[in-house]
Amino acid sequence: MTSQVSSPAGKTDDAGEAVAGKHSAPFTDGTRAAEKEIRRLDRVIIRFAGDSGDGMQLTGDRFTSETASFGNDLSTLPNFPAEIRAPAGTLPGVSSFQLHFADHDILTPGDAPNVLVAMNPAALKANIADVPRGADIIVNTDEFAKRPMAKVGYAVSPLEDGSLEAYNVHPVPLTTLTIEALKEFGLSRKEAERSKNMFALGLLSWMYNRPTEGTEKFLRSKFAKKPVIAEANVAAFRAGWNFGETTEDFAVSYEVAPASQAFPTGTYRNISGNLALSYGLIAASRQADLPLYLGSYPITPASDILHELSRHKNFGVRTFQAEDEIAGIGAALGAAFGGSLAVTTTSGPGVALKSETIGLAVSLELPLLIVDIQRGGPSTGLPTKTEQADLLQAMYGRNGEAPVPVVAPRTPADCFDAALDAARIALTYRTPVFLLSDGYLANGSEPWRIPEIDTLPDLRVQFATGPNHELADGTEVFWPYKRDPRTLARPWAVPGTPGLEHRIGGIEKQDGTGNISYDPANHDFMVRTRQAKIDGIEVPDLEVDDPAGATTLALGWGSTYGPITAAVRRLRAAGEIVAQAHLRHLNPFPKNLGDVLKRYDKVVVPEMNLGQLATLLRAKYLVDVQSHHQVNGMPFKAEQLATALKEAIDA
Amino acid sequence: MPDTTTNELLQLVPKAEGAQSMKDFKSDQEVRWCPGCGDYAVLAAVQGFMPELGLAKENITFVSGIGCSSRFPYYMNTYGMHSIHGRAPSIATGLATSRRDLSVWVVTGDGDALSIGGNHLIHALRRNVNLKILLFNNRIYGLTKGQYSPTSEVGKITKSTPMGSLDAPFNPVSLAIGAEASFVARTVDSDRKHLTSVLRAAADHPGTALVEIYQNCNIFNDGAFEVLKDKERAAEAVIRLEHGKPILFGADGGKGVVRDTLTGDLEVVTVTEDNRSSILVHDAHNPSPTTAFALSRLADPDTLHHTPIGVLRSVERPVYDTLMSDQLDAAIEQHGKGDLSTLLAGNDTWTVVG
Repeated sequence: MTSQVSSPAGKTDDAGEAVAGKHSAPFTDGTRAAEKEIRRLDRVIIRFAGDSGDGMQLTGDRFTSETASFGNDLSTLPNFPAEIRAPAGTLPGVSSFQLHFADHDILTPGDAPNVLVAMNPAALKANIADVPRGADIIVNTDEFAKRPMAKVGYAVSPLEDGSLEAYNVHPVPLTTLTIEALKEFGLSRKEAERSKNMFALGLLSWMYNRPTEGTEKFLRSKFAKKPVIAEANVAAFRAGWNFGETTEDFAVSYEVAPASQAFPTGTYRNISGNLALSYGLIAASRQADLPLYLGSYPITPASDILHELSRHKNFGVRTFQAEDEIAGIGAALGAAFGGSLAVTTTSGPGVALKSETIGLAVSLELPLLIVDIQRGGPSTGLPTKTEQADLLQAMYGRNGEAPVPVVAPRTPADCFDAALDAARIALTYRTPVFLLSDGYLANGSEPWRIPEIDTLPDLRVQFATGPNHELADGTEVFWPYKRDPRTLARPWAVPGTPGLEHRIGGIEKQDGTGNISYDPANHDFMVRTRQAKIDGIEVPDLEVDDPAGATTLALGWGSTYGPITAAVRRLRAAGEIVAQAHLRHLNPFPKNLGDVLKRYDKVVVPEMNLGQLATLLRAKYLVDVQSHHQVNGMPFKAEQLATALKEAIDA
Repeated sequence: MPDTTTNELLQLVPKAEGAQSMKDFKSDQEVRWCPGCGDYAVLAAVQGFMPELGLAKENITFVSGIGCSSRFPYYMNTYGMHSIHGRAPSIATGLATSRRDLSVWVVTGDGDALSIGGNHLIHALRRNVNLKILLFNNRIYGLTKGQYSPTSEVGKITKSTPMGSLDAPFNPVSLAIGAEASFVARTVDSDRKHLTSVLRAAADHPGTALVEIYQNCNIFNDGAFEVLKDKERAAEAVIRLEHGKPILFGADGGKGVVRDTLTGDLEVVTVTEDNRSSILVHDAHNPSPTTAFALSRLADPDTLHHTPIGVLRSVERPVYDTLMSDQLDAAIEQHGKGDLSTLLAGNDTWTVVG
């Protein structure tokens, strides 16, 4: 039924908007409305906004799925409050989902929406400031009654007082239409009303010529146990589509062609950062041939990794929901001692609680992954918003000299590769490793080229099996702290190995034997050796993108990759010359980083903190990097970043 | 302990080849507790008991926290980890649940297990992870040089409480029973025979076994348990529990424990011909923890009079490690062994051709 929708419309060479063909509805039989114009766009940014209970995240997810399977490049930004259900209709209760999709490769969820869907007055009020003039706004007029408007401080309806004149407003009684469409189902008014998000999704799916089969299949499977609800949702979805097709208010629909040029050959899927990270951990376990053990305590925005991994016990994955953050990492460390690929997942407040155990892992020199999905801080901070302010905590947040490698993914899909890389470092060097993702990467999604399994790195390790040292009298013994001269890693001798019985602990150990030692010179040596081991970790050189010989370098880390790259593209398109580089390894830094920094007159470091990477760079390389920062819980907008970089170039 | 069942989980741990002796379990490290410390006796008892278990010593692991007793793993010639304060149960949980072929022992103290690590202890107990927890209770902080502990009696004069401590102590056995423990026992450092019998019962228990060991700190709290050790006074103070036997104690068994028919609570009575038939018979395997808890409350926290020792509770219930492992097996049975390519591809893909 939907084949007409996803088949490409007439071709045109014109960029941007062009009349591309006529549109036919998949759901109307016979009585077809007047055919409507289809315009072609190269990219669109849609924001769905409503009450926390309105199902905006689900609506966004579905639109994303259809868009991904259609073959557009895309990037998403879910944005929701920490409260599960804040008081209905209030500003704090507004939940939104922004989706940017295009016929070419894109890097961010977009600065400003071209279309805002506002399910109630609060959603309109909370989002209107982000919507540029001339954009489409679809409002659910049913909610623009006196009380809901008064709740957010609208004395007069914004739909009537002229304040929205600059926008292309589409007033739609979404609730009424949904209830009307579902009257045959015998549902209560309240039950029927719940499907209004599907009505809205149907309308937007018509507007942008999205495929519809996936959503119908999804709804039938999601409500498999409640077939009436499933069919009601499908009916609301179709009613929304047909409404767009028939009502005169929507004269035009749009098409954004698949981004076939943007993607290398391969099989793709859409993936969020937390899902990619979970898959990366499972892949690492397979590549290392070690069972995966996750010790974790629920915390936003990391819990989805615990949920995901707990679904894959048939991969030999053990997930342990502990009594607290400390026990989560404790169990992981115990499993590491026993020879598992051990992981703990958390966010900033959890890292604070785990600090002492991370220090123990540094001292025990056992492999352990600490996944920190950063969120706004300090303290509880902004649980559902993004931030990069745990970098210094990851670097230094322990007692004593306790160096820990730090790896940071740059995009949602990159979380897969970053997890494998973090596992490589942990297993090779027998050390805890921080994997620093954040809320933006965790919940955001993008297309991912599914890797061939045989291209994944070999992470197999050799457990110790016998003595590794000969005493002066010729006796062969096992020394748990006798190191590999190349990596400085100590042997990993797991319980159950005969003859290698040994004791390890958090007290300083004598070099080699691992026995307790309070000897001053030995402590000095061990501190320096642990540091040297981390400093010597092999990481690839930093790649710099500098096609035109720039004097200004934009340097970032982690999830700012998308916005920084988008800003750099804008500048270059406008004739500016600027270089860009992005760090995956924050500890140790790539060996060429110092040279790269010295090559540029100006180095600008955008970060979602008050300049933590900048602080590290200044301290280590004595380079006067310029910090550009934003800590509002949201990712950078490309336009603002471009302006900041331009100012730096011109300064 | 002839009344205990055979622990099937012990069958998962490889057996030693040939006979073992106490010497096999002594590490080459010099023992550094204070001379006269009760820990020496416990170490000797454990090292002496291990050969009886007959397990391959490379499959035995001791995990400890912080405190004097937590140095224990260094002296055992097995695998061992001396971890951080209070966290040993959580670390041991990760080890035991990922390696069912290991016999995992936790060594902890009253400060380590009941103060900083209280949360981990109660959760290990309720989960029933296959751990044997030896809680050395000396009712004082030794390693930090003599502050009161969560088992110290109220009014304890220490360096940190010159006018006397204010907080009421925990009774570790009551606490463990309240935390859904499936095995709870108490013993005394100086009674090697009793200590060994309790270790044997604990080792034979599938699931978490908590053994509270009254241990003398001769430096900071000397004689804390003297009333239980001094032959004359001990007869009146100690209630030795044996499964299936009437709970009698005192010189010539002249005292016993009966249930008050009105309140259901337990009380100590002088045994007479009239009440002899109502003396409570100890049932360690009673599924209900009520009587075990009531027994644990007989002890006076100040004088330690009427302190029950022995196995208060030993019941079988599902073991966490086994359940976890069963779920992995069930997942493979239901969905087949995980295939990474299929997982990564998911259900919703599209192909880009060059």
